[in-house]
Order: sequence, then structure tokens, then C-alpha cells
Amino acid sequence: MSFISYLISGISLGSIYAIIALGYTMVYGIAKMLNFAHGDIIMVGGYAVFTIGITCGMNKWIAMLVGVVVCTVLGIVIEKVAYKPLRGASSLAVLITAIGVSYLLQNLALLIFGSNPKSFTSVVSVPMIKLANGELTITGETIVTIIVCIIIMVVLTLFINKTKAGRAMLAVSEDKGAAQLMGVNVNGTIALTFAIGSALAAVAGILLCSAYPQIIPTTGAMPGIKAFTAAVFGGIGSIPGALIGGIILGVIESLGQAYISSQLADAIVFSVLIIVLLVKPTGIFGKKINEKV
Amino acid sequence: MAMLTVKDLEVYYGVIKAIKGVSFEVNEGEIIALIGANGAGKTTILHTITGLISPKNGSIEFEGKDLTKTPAHKIVSMGMAHVPEGRRIFQELTVLENLKLGAYTRKDKKEIAETLEKVYERFPRLKERYKQVAGTLSGGEQQMLAMGRALMSHPKIILMDEPSMGLSPLLVSEIFDIIKVIKEAGTTVLLVEQNAKKALSVADRAYVLETGNIVKEGKASDLLNDDSIKKAYLGE
Ligand SMILES: Nc1ncnc2c1ncn2[C@@H]1O[C@H](COP(=O)(O)OP(=O)(O)O)[C@@H](O)[C@H]1O
Ligand SMILES: [Mg+2]
Repeated sequence: MSFISYLISGISLGSIYAIIALGYTMVYGIAKMLNFAHGDIIMVGGYAVFTIGITCGMNKWIAMLVGVVVCTVLGIVIEKVAYKPLRGASSLAVLITAIGVSYLLQNLALLIFGSNPKSFTSVVSVPMIKLANGELTITGETIVTIIVCIIIMVVLTLFINKTKAGRAMLAVSEDKGAAQLMGVNVNGTIALTFAIGSALAAVAGILLCSAYPQIIPTTGAMPGIKAFTAAVFGGIGSIPGALIGGIILGVIESLGQAYISSQLADAIVFSVLIIVLLVKPTGIFGKKINEKV
Repeated sequence: MAMLTVKDLEVYYGVIKAIKGVSFEVNEGEIIALIGANGAGKTTILHTITGLISPKNGSIEFEGKDLTKTPAHKIVSMGMAHVPEGRRIFQELTVLENLKLGAYTRKDKKEIAETLEKVYERFPRLKERYKQVAGTLSGGEQQMLAMGRALMSHPKIILMDEPSMGLSPLLVSEIFDIIKVIKEAGTTVLLVEQNAKKALSVADRAYVLETGNIVKEGKASDLLNDDSIKKAYLGE
């Protein structure tokens, strides 16, 4: 019974990775860049909800809404200020800038909130459920996380395949020049992608801080790297890849922690990534990569 | 007044001057051919007209509006479509999705559906394969899709960059027949080709481009009989 319980918490953790990985993978697919500051948006979302909901004592729904809006705007601003001027620059320059933005966000949080952990109150009010005569308990956070992840995947897939803006995204991801000839505003599409990715990061931040109710300026760093791993694992640029990659990673981490070693869990996760990339360099759902220099 | 007027156009790639002061005109209802060897600058000129590259000097006027100050994504709704070199269809999308993207800036669903019917009439093979992923089409079908996609915007003028490239002689003739039909339906055509013979046979007038300069211009029928053109471009 404990195996099933580890499995379920792995799926839940993996759902958070998947939601974060979606942001990585969409931005990579459309802007062809790795936004290493993406993980820190999670932390900003967490602090925003903490400030509004706990420090100011407002209703949790308002706090969450503010958190999502703050992150969405932040994502758009970062793209406009830091990345847009580098369009056409070498990918190394963009990567270094992204790392710079990541440190900037972490240090701003350090300046504003200090290094002491803030304790976050879970926003989830769904009760835990007990199964198999109480041997198997599933927390409300776990249930909500998995459901939210499913909803996000469905809505995002519909958005991309059924709406005009979604089609424009697919066109831009394949060929920016040809998309422009169709009348697609490439800058607008990239901004929209950052907005969606950052809003999802805020959601991931809220779920993460509800499941592990503490927040520090580096809260987003490790989940960010793991979600990036998940995105690469699933095939960067692929949306189903982000989901599958995230879930597999979460499950490996959870089972590794339970059955092998809690200290080695992260090492196991990254070893799996290395092995997968040796066998299939483009990840599980990876297509041929049309790398832009 | 000409529909499209390009004047003293100069385009650079870094420090290299690719277009060295080119001027030409396209009148409504014409097929204009721009011929020249590989590397002469034909693609660069088309990319500059539709805003994918910015010129250093010179002007491009389309129906009285200055295109050099218009962002690329605003060009198509002004009535100018571009079938780029190498087709550049969206390989991972279906034929129908590609065609719909061609009508991206149009609002009226009924008009779009009518245009789609016309495109299907002109390219029955696209209709047969509307659900197929575009990357799996043959070269000729991909060229037809690229042309159909451009027609979906219901353009006044259509720029075509080497539509015959890499196609079998039979398909080349088919593509040039379609270009004539497009003109007869009232769309102006600016045709860029290395296949000078075919291009001159469908065009009204033509310009000859050599390393970034226009070296000759005239009626297509005259150029077909011009000795230096025959020698350099027609392999006679
Ligand atoms: N992206 C580019 N960067 C640098 N030089 C280029 C680029 N594209 C084309 N060129 C150069 O500009 C000149 C004109 O090229 P192009 O317009 O493609 O010619 P054409 O279409 O007539 O074959 C060539 O010398 C080519 O090498
Ligand atoms: Mg060319």
C-alpha cells in the first residue's frame, strides 16, 4: 500500500513539474530560447500570494488571482526588457541574460523578504481521503494538483489547436518569417507565450507552496531545473512531452526517495535524464530539432 | 501610376552590399519577371518588399503607401502575398491548416470559405489531401500549397520566388500555366525565376538582375530574342 501512496505523491509532484515544464517548452518552441528565469517566476508567484493572502489577510482567491496577474505581467516585462532586444543575438548571449534575470529575481526577493523562510498556508481546502481502511491517505493538495494539471493540459491543447492565436503560435514556432508573411505578429505571439508560461508558473508556485508550505528566495530554483529536465526528457518543444516528462520525473523522484535514498533522489533524477538523452537525444516526444543559431 | 514602385533600393547583409540601387515598376494586371543567376539578389529584393529585411536606402511604394516603414506582418492585409523561395509551408500542419493561415488576417468567414473553394478548384490535389500533414506532400504539391496559401489572402499582387525550383519539367509547365491563370483572374504577379525561358514566356515585361544591379529591362518577348540574354540565360 505504501508503494501506491509514493506513486500518487510522485504523480502529484510530477504534475507540478509538468505545469512548470509547459512554460519552458512553449517558450523554447516559439522563441527558441531557454528561459532559465522561468523557475523564479514560481517563487515570485508564491511571495505574491503570501503577501496578499497572509500579510494583508485578503481572501485566498483574490490572493491567487493577484499572484497569477503579477507573474503574467512580470513574464511579459522580462521578455520585453531582457530578451526582445537580443532577438537575433547568439543563443549564448540569451542564455547568459536569462541566468542574470534569474539571479536578479532571487536577489530582489532576498532584499524584500529576507532569507528566513516564510510559512505559507495551503490554499487547498479539499479534505484528505482515506482508502483501504485508512492504510492509504491522499492529501487534498495531491488531489487538487493532479486535477489542476489535467485541466491545464486540456485547455492548453484546445487553445493551441482550436484558436487562431494558437495556430499562430504553431506557425511562429515552425517558421517566423513565413508566419509574418501570413500576417502573424511574431512579437505579439512571443509575448503571449511568455504570458501564458508565466501564468502557469504562478499556478505551479501556488500548488508547490501549498504542498511544501515554506517559501524562500530560491524556492523556484530546484523545481525550475527539474521541470527543465522534464521538458528535455519529454522532448523540448512538445506539450505532451512536458506532461509525460514531468510525471515520470516526479514518480522517479518520489520512488527514489522512498526506496533508494532521500539524499540521492535528485542525483537519480538527473542520472535518468542523462541516460535518456544518450539513448534518444531529442527526448521521448522529440522531433528533429531545427536549431536556430 | 504603377501599382508597385521600387526606387534606388540598396540592401546590405552586414557590410556586404547585396542590392546596389535597384529601381523597377509593376503595373496592375501585369506579370513582371525578375530574372538572374543564383546569388544575383532576387530573393533579397522580394524579402525587402514584404518587410522580412530592411533596406538601407531607397523606397518601395505599393498603391501609394511606403512599405519600407510597414512591419512585415501588416503587408499581407494591404493586398500583397509572397510565395517564398523554398515554399516554406508549415510542414507540421495539415494542408487545410496551412490554407487557413493564408487567410489569417481576413475576418469574414463566408468570404474565406469562398476563396477556399476557388483554391480547391484551382488545385484539386490540395482538396484531395486537405487532411494530410503538409510535410508529407511531394515537392510539386508543396509548391501548389504555397501558392494556394498565398491566394487565400485574396491578394492584389502576388510575389513568387522561384516556384519552379526543384520540380520535374512536367510540373514546371503546370506551375507556369497556373501563374497565367492567376493573372487572368486579375491578380498582378511579380515572378522571380532562374528559369528565364519559362519566366519570359509567361511575363509581359522583365528585368534582368546581375549581382545586385538591373542590367537590362524590356518587353519579355523582346528579351526572349535578345542575343546577350539568349547566350547568358537561355542557353542558346
Ligand atoms: N542571410 C544572408 N546573409 C549574408 N548574405 C546573404 C544572405 N542572403 C543572401 N546573401 C547574399 O546576397 C546575395 C544575393 O542573394 P539572394 O538574394 O539570395 O540571390 P538570389 O535569390 O538571386 O539567388 C548573394 O551574394 C548571397 O550570398
Ligand atoms: Mg533566391
